[in-house]
Amino acid sequence: MAPIMEAHGLVKNFGRTRALDGVDLSAEAGTVLGVLGPNGAGKTTAVRVLATLLRADAGSARVAGFDVRRQAHQVRQSIGLTGQYASVDEDLTGVQNLVLIGTLLDLPSRAARARADELLDWFDLTEAAGRPAKTYSGGMRRRLDLAASLVGRPSVIFLDEPTTGLDPAKREDMWDVVRRLVADGSTVLLTTQYLEEADALADRISVIDHGRVIAHDTPDGLKRVVGGLRIRVRPADPDRTADVAAVLAAVGRGAPEVSSRHALTVPVLDESALAEVVAALAGRAISVLELSLHLPTLDEVFLTLTGKPARDPSPAAPSADVQSEEDAA
Amino acid sequence: MTTTTPATAAPLRRPDGGDPVPAGTVTAAPGAGPMRFVRHVLALARRSLIKTWRTPEALIDVTVQPVIFLALFTYIFGGAIAGGSQHQYLQFLLPGLLGQSIAMAGVALGQNLNADIGKGVFDRFRSLPIARSAPLVGAVVADFARYLILCVITVGVGYLMGFRVTTGLLPAVAAIGLSIAFALCFCWISVFVGMIARTAGAVQGIMFLLVLPLSFGSNTFVQTQTMPGWLQAFVKVNPISHLVSTVRGLMIGGPVASDLAWTLGWMALLLAVFVPLALRGYRRRA
Repeated sequence: MAPIMEAHGLVKNFGRTRALDGVDLSAEAGTVLGVLGPNGAGKTTAVRVLATLLRADAGSARVAGFDVRRQAHQVRQSIGLTGQYASVDEDLTGVQNLVLIGTLLDLPSRAARARADELLDWFDLTEAAGRPAKTYSGGMRRRLDLAASLVGRPSVIFLDEPTTGLDPAKREDMWDVVRRLVADGSTVLLTTQYLEEADALADRISVIDHGRVIAHDTPDGLKRVVGGLRIRVRPADPDRTADVAAVLAAVGRGAPEVSSRHALTVPVLDESALAEVVAALAGRAISVLELSLHLPTLDEVFLTLTGKPARDPSPAAPSADVQSEEDAA
Repeated sequence: MTTTTPATAAPLRRPDGGDPVPAGTVTAAPGAGPMRFVRHVLALARRSLIKTWRTPEALIDVTVQPVIFLALFTYIFGGAIAGGSQHQYLQFLLPGLLGQSIAMAGVALGQNLNADIGKGVFDRFRSLPIARSAPLVGAVVADFARYLILCVITVGVGYLMGFRVTTGLLPAVAAIGLSIAFALCFCWISVFVGMIARTAGAVQGIMFLLVLPLSFGSNTFVQTQTMPGWLQAFVKVNPISHLVSTVRGLMIGGPVASDLAWTLGWMALLLAVFVPLALRGYRRRA
């Protein structure tokens, strides 16, 4: 089957900065492509080229069967875009925002209103529907923004860091929405700075760095390269670091690494290792300040793939509690 | 990894309880081509009007400001300029002030568009299958309301101060109509500057640099004959002078044909030059 979205050798320069340096991307219909990378890696630029907001200096891209350069109008009929910063009109109410988009998409006025109500209901915004968007919380704005991009039932949806800045519960809500979109038959391109997020949602992950794709694989394939789940333990008493290391060495797969502030990290086979570690720590009466089960952070991914940490300091990874619940469920 | 939602997050409701419409199906409204464009423009103009309605202070430049100018020039300078008769000066000033302030009123449009574009709403418009020009044309169409308010307030307050139309209702309405039409052409300069300037503040600076000489270097406040020859040369080609002369003729009598032709010519020229420039600036600003 031909991919519904593909890009070949995209190059984009801003002055002397090369934002895209030959990016190839591809997604099958009905799947989620995760584009993983730090700030400034070129994720947003790639999305803007695919969504016809920017013209690439070189390379080609097709979305929903149309060339983004020569058939931009047809591409725009098939896509929905949710930017990194919620692009809703703050002076308009939730309803007015969505009805405006519906009208611009040539929905008859009653259909535009019905679609707006439907989306507001779906995103739990019905109560706030009549209030100007400037009174909304960050999470509500993000949801309204996403709703606005879905008015036309797009077949390809671009979500540019849809969960950056959201708390863990809101992040889970957003993940649910993405799964629902794919279940309805849409294709999603999602950019993110979290391996957890890409792992939870994507069928394929492209890791992007300095405007280049440095890895493209399934989540499992990528985790085989960068390592899967890890357990991180920080003893309350730094003098017991050696004891913790012994516990982790017995449970984990490999030697524990000492990271900052006397914390130790070890790769583990699956989430059941957490219970073993807890039992072993309890048996030796070691009290801990921190105990978490998590996937590699973006920094760790980049360290493995490029030998260098991610260019920008990555924001705090999603809470480990959410992650372990996610795994345990 | 499983897809269960943790108990902490309330699951989002599903639209219409399942049975979703397949992705990529949009029921289009009837009418294509020009009607479609007009519908889009009106929807976007409505958006601008809602924004204006929510921030009434954005109307100061078309409500309070012209009244201040009217009072300032009539009562402070009027006696000196017209040799004692403030009423006579008001008759001369008001049509001129209408032309001058309506040209100034377009400045806010460029500022607003400049600020809007930075906020990401325009990214959404750009990702929709609508004409590239629709958001700009929509904003201009919405400005019609501001210009109308300005005309009503200027003429209304002028009437309270003693101004009287001496020609008739129809010419007076034509004068207001022409002023608004001129403003809708002139404001494309502001739209263009709004597209190329880096900040909304810069738009105001650039526009004032342009509008101040045009509005004061005209026959708005004093007769052209009182000025030195080199300045008269400028005043005589200044589009605002031609607009003012036409409006003056329509409201208090006098020949209008030649000035009307000049004004219409200027309007066509402004559109021909600044609409394409503004659209080019919009396209490049991504």
